[in-house]
Amino acid sequence: MAQNQDIAFVRTEEAPQLSPPSNYVGLNGWVLENLVPNWWVGLLAGAFAVFAAGIIWDLLNWAVFDAVFTGESREDCIAPAAEGKPLGACWAYVRAKFGQWIYGFYPIDLRWRPNVVFLMFAALLLPLLIPKIPGKGLNAALFFIVLPIVAFYVLYGTPLPYAGLGFIVHLIGAAAAFIGSVIAAIGYVLDSVVGVIASSTAFGTLMSWFSSPLAAFSSALDRATTSLSEPPLRPWGFWIDYAISTSIILGVIAWRRTRKQTDWKGPIAKGLVIAAGLAILIATLGLPRGLPIVETQLWGGLLVTLVVAITGIVASLPLGILLALGRRSNMPAIRLLSITFIEAVRGVPLITVLFMASVMLPLFLPAGVNFDKLLRALVGVALFSSAYMAEVVRGGLQAIPKGQYEAARALGLSYWHMMGLVVLPQALRIVIPGIVNNFISLFKDTTLVSIVGLFDLLGIIQAGFADQKWVSPMTAPTGYLGAAAMFFIFCFAMSRYSMYMERRLATGHKR
Amino acid sequence: MAKTSAKMIVSDEVAIEILGLNKWYGDFHVLRDINLTVYQGERIVVCGPSGSGKSTLIRCINRLEEHQKGRIIVDGHELTNDLKRVDEVRREVGMVFQHFNLFPHLTVLENCTLAPIWVRKMPRAEAEAQAMKYLKRVKIPEQAKKFPGQLSGGQQQRVAIARALCMNPRIMLFDEPTSALDPEMIKEVLEVMVDLAESGMTMICVTHEMGFARQVANRVIFMDQGQIVEQNTPELFFLQPKSERTKLFLSQILH
Repeated sequence: MAQNQDIAFVRTEEAPQLSPPSNYVGLNGWVLENLVPNWWVGLLAGAFAVFAAGIIWDLLNWAVFDAVFTGESREDCIAPAAEGKPLGACWAYVRAKFGQWIYGFYPIDLRWRPNVVFLMFAALLLPLLIPKIPGKGLNAALFFIVLPIVAFYVLYGTPLPYAGLGFIVHLIGAAAAFIGSVIAAIGYVLDSVVGVIASSTAFGTLMSWFSSPLAAFSSALDRATTSLSEPPLRPWGFWIDYAISTSIILGVIAWRRTRKQTDWKGPIAKGLVIAAGLAILIATLGLPRGLPIVETQLWGGLLVTLVVAITGIVASLPLGILLALGRRSNMPAIRLLSITFIEAVRGVPLITVLFMASVMLPLFLPAGVNFDKLLRALVGVALFSSAYMAEVVRGGLQAIPKGQYEAARALGLSYWHMMGLVVLPQALRIVIPGIVNNFISLFKDTTLVSIVGLFDLLGIIQAGFADQKWVSPMTAPTGYLGAAAMFFIFCFAMSRYSMYMERRLATGHKR
Repeated sequence: MAKTSAKMIVSDEVAIEILGLNKWYGDFHVLRDINLTVYQGERIVVCGPSGSGKSTLIRCINRLEEHQKGRIIVDGHELTNDLKRVDEVRREVGMVFQHFNLFPHLTVLENCTLAPIWVRKMPRAEAEAQAMKYLKRVKIPEQAKKFPGQLSGGQQQRVAIARALCMNPRIMLFDEPTSALDPEMIKEVLEVMVDLAESGMTMICVTHEMGFARQVANRVIFMDQGQIVEQNTPELFFLQPKSERTKLFLSQILH
């Protein structure tokens, strides 16, 4: 203590705590640390800020301040030029054409039908995407099985008033016709391929043994269902169908109830009351007249983009999984088939696949066998993206340790149980970024269907540029900006959702 | 030393019959002329230097590995390429792995109910009740809702044992169950295994835990270079090993 004698002042209490220096916290701290840590980074940040502000200012000027929002024709959009003002975006054009962008040439008085499909789609998709909402099994069944069928009939139309059974019979007939046509087409394509060396009709004949009965079956069903709606059966055909359908549904309910040994008379009585009520309602409103058919040539815009993209997305994942499993299968034939398909498709540009589907395929097909143009594009896109999906999924399968397969096997799980319950849930989680990457790129690749004469969103926007009523220097830029914005909304949503899903699924696995 | 009370009288019912088993990996002869009969209720410990084929042997018993020559008859079913038969055998034979191999995307409870629900077609509630029973038996019922990644190695291995038991197997195979564990966790797993052995389960354990062998095994099998070199009761095996190879091995692992 002695050496402290000559110190004049000794603090006896602790100094008050100061707040952290302002250059470490808050906005100020963030700016200091990230934008001007030293002079040259500060300079770069400043230069970039000026550059970005310039671009944003120009864009705002063009898209908002100088833009024309209302108007009847090109005159309104080029009017500012006459006053010596710069030309801005022509949003009046977008307003005038927006209906076409969404529906294409779908008849205006029938646009409620795509709207109904959009609504059903959103109403079923949203609860499927939100994990908290229960009933995922039923929801998925409605979304993946019922919705496509209903959507097809609502969009395409059906002239026949079916009550239930007739509808299912018609559906079976349509499926049989499609499978028959595919088989016949395969025969003709094989013949044409062999025909390069020697003329052949062998495959066509062979395949027709399978396809003709299917076609006959289909047309018989078609006749049967059509006769329901025509005299002399009409209007009784509908009611016969209605009665049979109702009794089948009620019969199934009663059968299941009796098997579980629970009361069946109550539900059946209720069902009968509901059926009778519905019948009275239909009778007073008049028999359903069916929906007028809208050929797919008239479909267009966002409608076609969504139909192609969603079909591709929904079909490519299961097909891709099957192909990936096939490629890793122990069975040589299945492995070879999968590898051939994947490599053949990956070796060809999508444009070529679409061209082959829409231009070359009809050349090979026999007269009378014809697929819808949109259907051909759908099949082409789905098969194309499934090959890419297969390789993404295979990457995930390879990341699963051998021990997982062995543990599943040792518990006695079958191959499909092992894959479906143990391996795929883990593998797919790993490759979510890759899967969504494929979805997004597929969504944007749908624009390629415009080269085979389908008017997707981009196609219909481009087609609109030729409209004499709206030709102006700003029509195309405005249209393209609109297209970009709409594509961005969908792709960005997918991207964000995939990131959310990754985070959610990752919590269970942290080590 | 050895607790003889644990060694209940073994029945003369044959659980596993292995006759003239041979297996090759390419040119490498992993298993040579293995003959082994395991009786119902018997506890067998298989030991031997690494690469001696002991893991391969027990992996042949539920056909995680195929054999090329000889016959394996498990619980009256011969293992052949008939996949249905193999699945039947796997249902009756539980297996515990060195690296646990729990399913990381499922909770502990789901790990235990997966196979009973999908393979045995057991109702979910019943499967869950049974899983909780076995989780209690391996002393971790409180972890049922956790994911495997949140458990310690010893806990994971006990879950793996419970998962195998949930199929109500007649035979349990253990493939070096404690080799991947920290020393303090080995004890908790061995306790569960001893408890299982005392309940009369037919067990084949590949392990280097000689204390466990002394305590519960009816028979110790020593393998080297794909052959069964020596087999005996634990007392005789440890005190009077017959072959030189066994003596050398024992001198190296018993300090």
